[in-house]
Amino acid sequence: MTMRVDLPEETLAGVLAKAFGNRSFLIGFAITLLVAAVAILSFIWTPYDVTRLVIADKTQAPSPAHWFGTDHFGRDILSMIMVGARNSIAVALVAVGIGMGVGVPLGAFAAARGSLADEALMRVNDLVFAFPALLSAIMITAIFGPGAVNAIIAIGIFNIPVFARVARAGALAIWPREFILAARAAGKGMTQISVEHILPNIATLLLVQGTIQFALGILAEAGLSYVGLGAQPPMPSWGRMLFDAQTRMVTAPWMAIFPGMAIVITVLGLNLLGDGIADILDPKSRRRR
Amino acid sequence: MTAYLLKRLIIAAVTLVLASMVVFAVMEILPGDPARLMLGFNASADQVELLRNQMGLNAPFVLRYLHWASGLLSLDFGRSYTYSVPVIDLVRERVVVSLPLALIALALSTAIAIPVGVFSAGRQGRAGDALAMGAAQLGVAVPNFWFALMLIYLFAVWLRLVPAGGFPGWSAGAWPAVKSLLLPAVALALPQAAILARVARSALIEVLNEDYIRTARAKGLPYRAVLWRHALRNAMIPVLTILGLQFAFLLAGTIIIENVFYLPGLGRLVLQAINQRDLIVVESIVMLLVAAVIAVNLLVDFSYAVVDPRLRGRQ
Repeated sequence: MTMRVDLPEETLAGVLAKAFGNRSFLIGFAITLLVAAVAILSFIWTPYDVTRLVIADKTQAPSPAHWFGTDHFGRDILSMIMVGARNSIAVALVAVGIGMGVGVPLGAFAAARGSLADEALMRVNDLVFAFPALLSAIMITAIFGPGAVNAIIAIGIFNIPVFARVARAGALAIWPREFILAARAAGKGMTQISVEHILPNIATLLLVQGTIQFALGILAEAGLSYVGLGAQPPMPSWGRMLFDAQTRMVTAPWMAIFPGMAIVITVLGLNLLGDGIADILDPKSRRRR
Repeated sequence: MTAYLLKRLIIAAVTLVLASMVVFAVMEILPGDPARLMLGFNASADQVELLRNQMGLNAPFVLRYLHWASGLLSLDFGRSYTYSVPVIDLVRERVVVSLPLALIALALSTAIAIPVGVFSAGRQGRAGDALAMGAAQLGVAVPNFWFALMLIYLFAVWLRLVPAGGFPGWSAGAWPAVKSLLLPAVALALPQAAILARVARSALIEVLNEDYIRTARAKGLPYRAVLWRHALRNAMIPVLTILGLQFAFLLAGTIIIENVFYLPGLGRLVLQAINQRDLIVVESIVMLLVAAVIAVNLLVDFSYAVVDPRLRGRQ
């Protein structure tokens, strides 16, 4: 049985009621849902085929036929943004998965063991933090060549210490509690306590950090693709579209404006969602942030 | 305090050594033979072997690492494969662009974020606070290179106030050089300022709830004086922590931003080096940037001791 002492009197209905009263959450949730829906829709339908180049239609300004205009190959920008959403979401989501999958067990282990294991983890954290995601991406690209998968690995590696820190800090606050003592008295081992009692109680923290890292991942992926270290053409990606737009700012500014707005809206939505979740599930976090 | 500083110093040194091992190991597992690369594919196996011996490539791994690491300490990074000049010369030419850019951006970000954070915290929950924090929420979501493109469009293409890119060099005079760094610095600084303003605001709000703030108010100090003098100083620890982290992001950010503005800095150099597979240049620049990040975080640790007298008293 799992225990959630932090929210003893919370019912699902109560949480939902709070969610509907929280503006950050509502706006963030709506935007995130919209972006996800667009990405899913792009699998079955886009206004135009993004793999077909129509040179006759190149760099057309926004019009009823092409809402966001066309690029230098005559591709429809709206369709490319839709397909690009897939790439952004996939990269950021897997990178968060890597960060959580490796970082949370590490952080939980360090908190459970303490002393030497804890010190070692924090030092490795320091080490990884010394390599901003872009630098590790540069090294990884130098070895394996550019590509979406390498971007995922680079961003994922940077996420590991972030989640390890959050999990450790959260777990350290739970370990001294009485119900943990009770669980130990009942003969449960460290792993079992970590999984059954610690993890459910730090899930909120991890969820909030997850949305933040998701948003940062989308920004990082765009940056990597922009300098040519991320997704490779012809796979449409928001960062790559901005790279193509750069030399055409004077003649075709829409090529830069719309993909950038897609990034801003997506990241804004995720950040609002994270703020909202933090407020709803843990009112104390408002002060802590 | 000495014990605290000493501990941070040792941790920084250990991190630096470990980081250098990581960088060296990564570059070691790379496919491709530098000697073969320098001589071209027509060279005979004997010639390649000779050069390998000359370059010390046949020495054992540990010896090569020690050789490389001791070279780093005397700023001898080796020679670039493609430019055939010492890497340090390339770095010296470029660092005078990247470092001022990062520093101007850091100064701008702080100069914007702290007043906004203080303003917002002082008007918590009111219209001004909501507006500032709404703007900050938006600022956090903006990718700096896209923001840069929009700035170029507005200030260079439309208004023609500043150059759209390029760098005249410091020999052309300080003002033209600084002027060409202005837009890139603003592009780098604003998204970071948005994050910093949020942190400053919440740190201040936490401090403003403390008893000593009420005491300061009760003894008749004006609100502004309490906010700027008493509250801000006590809110500095989280602000400094974020500032340290932001310097790492700013350095990494210069890599991207330099490409937007065609600035001949370290970032441009490292991306060119990747394309030309000039690995010794990549390795050196990564190592330099990592060292800079570690050094700044050490500085932040030291500044804690300056800001927080409790740390000074400990041990």
